[in-house]
Amino acid sequence: MNIRLRIVTVVTLFAIGTVAVVLWAPTVGSTSISLAKAFDRSIPWEENVDAQIFFVARLPRVLSGALVGATLAAAGVVLQAMLRNPLATPFTLGVSAGGALGAMLAIAFGLEVGMMGVSSIPIASFAGSLVAIGIVYWLASSQKRGLSTNVLLLAGVTLNSFFSALILFVQYLSDFTESFRTIRWLMGDLDVGSYSPLIAALPFVVAAFAVFAILPRTLNVLTLGDDVAAARGVEVVRTQRLAFLSASLATGAAVSLGGPIGFIGIIVPHLVRLMVGSDHRIVLPAAALFGAAFTVLCDLGARTIMAPLELPVGIITALIGGPFFLWLLVKKS
Amino acid sequence: MTPTQTTKESKSKNTKHSNLLWLASFVSFVIVFASFVVAFQPRAQRIISLVPALTEMLYAVGAGPQVVAVSSYDEYPPEVTALPRVGALIDPDTERIIALKPDLVITYGSQVDLQAQMKRAAIPSFDYRHGGLSHILVTMKELGVRTGHVAEADQAVAAIESRLAAVRANVAGKRRPRTLLVFSREPRTLRNIYVSGGRGFLHEMLVIAGGENVFSDIDKESVQVSTETILARAPEVILELRPKEIPAGQPMRDELASWSRLASVPAVRNKQLLFISGHAVTVPGPRVADSVARMAKALHP
Repeated sequence: MNIRLRIVTVVTLFAIGTVAVVLWAPTVGSTSISLAKAFDRSIPWEENVDAQIFFVARLPRVLSGALVGATLAAAGVVLQAMLRNPLATPFTLGVSAGGALGAMLAIAFGLEVGMMGVSSIPIASFAGSLVAIGIVYWLASSQKRGLSTNVLLLAGVTLNSFFSALILFVQYLSDFTESFRTIRWLMGDLDVGSYSPLIAALPFVVAAFAVFAILPRTLNVLTLGDDVAAARGVEVVRTQRLAFLSASLATGAAVSLGGPIGFIGIIVPHLVRLMVGSDHRIVLPAAALFGAAFTVLCDLGARTIMAPLELPVGIITALIGGPFFLWLLVKKS
Repeated sequence: MTPTQTTKESKSKNTKHSNLLWLASFVSFVIVFASFVVAFQPRAQRIISLVPALTEMLYAVGAGPQVVAVSSYDEYPPEVTALPRVGALIDPDTERIIALKPDLVITYGSQVDLQAQMKRAAIPSFDYRHGGLSHILVTMKELGVRTGHVAEADQAVAAIESRLAAVRANVAGKRRPRTLLVFSREPRTLRNIYVSGGRGFLHEMLVIAGGENVFSDIDKESVQVSTETILARAPEVILELRPKEIPAGQPMRDELASWSRLASVPAVRNKQLLFISGHAVTVPGPRVADSVARMAKALHP
């Protein structure tokens, strides 16, 4: 089949599925609402509970689920290809740990600097991610020959454990209610309560996806090895730099919005590769779409399974993702 | 009457006497023993409290002067700030605790390691877990017995009970607004909202103060609720407990603005967003009657 036609067909199919999930998800929840009433403009906003449940409680939540899922899955694809490591996740390079440390500090010290309807916690989390990105990038590029993937990986993993130790330290110093809040933050939560945090995260994610759009062809060559890629005229260092910075920035934004929701960035790329092969021109958009749908569905579970109690979405993704990933490992070997 | 008879009689009289004597001495022994038990019952003189709520109770029953050290989170009554700190729930400093030679250590129920260590060191411990409102009063009485302040403890408990009864009487017959009792929330947003379910002292305080808990059907002390469930439950009053006072002006407007997104909730529409600030409200200690009174005043002005 013509590759171009294949790309269009596969991506269209994934897009249809994802759009269907994103449209369906806000119609279900712990309370039953009437869609006709929700969209009835003649009822005043203050009196229309169904419209508020749809537009205030569910829609921002579904949209942030889609944004976070798409971002983490796409960043996972990009980093796995760039690092040539199937175990790489968006969190491998220390971004999420930096974000988590930022959030912990904001919670523990009760920072109250908000901007444009976004509270201090996502802002601090994003700042923490930027610090982590800066440190890892500086370490990896301090070598003579461009960006070293080995140094990237080692620096990221080390930074992860270093930040984790700092997180434990901050948690140990804070009092019980704060400790609980910090632990809860690590489980991920997409009930964002308004559109402002979503809008704040959007520019970074859009910028990253713009970079992702030009990456797939070079990522295909890059998976063959740096030397092969260089021989084929790929500017290896520039590609790696772009890939690392865009994926990390998008991950930082996603983590600040929904917390470090685990397993999406690793299982969705592998699952999509199993379905559509390994051409990044297909895998990258398909993984972004599949990640969006997967996360929205997991969050649907989070808000309905134990309703009216909430179940942290990170627990659901891990409960589904963990066994699935092990099965994948066994099957592959 | 023969002389023999007389001797017999006097003998039986003697036995009777000696029986009485035995009985009297036995009774007096029991009385002396009992009074010894009461008098020398180990009245703790050097108390270490690792639970802030119980530190407050100790001071309320008059055992304050016997307290020699407290946990790192204690801040009430003000006297405790001068006392040494010996760690808290997860990090009790066993070495310092033993070095202070306490004769009673108040531990929380989950501190099993510490309790075992205290047992090995032959230091009596008082094991406590948070319960409902009545548990506060029972614990105060128990502390009174352990510290030798039975009468003061009874008095303090009676005072709390009568204040609670007064609040109950005050709100009796008044309409009980459906209330959302929030005790934790990410500042200025509607994220991570934790409310009181239908169990625990906060729920019971709300009931006495004349409110109906909208989440009373959930048998938990603390419930994380989504914006959707708040919209669906439509509380008439949102009562928020905050550790610190929210400054009037912009900060307060920001807090009110975050709730205003849930415009259909009656509490938001009718501006029934009430704040009670101060650490005291969330401490299950002797100040509970004050807190209930404040809640009642907020709910039924």
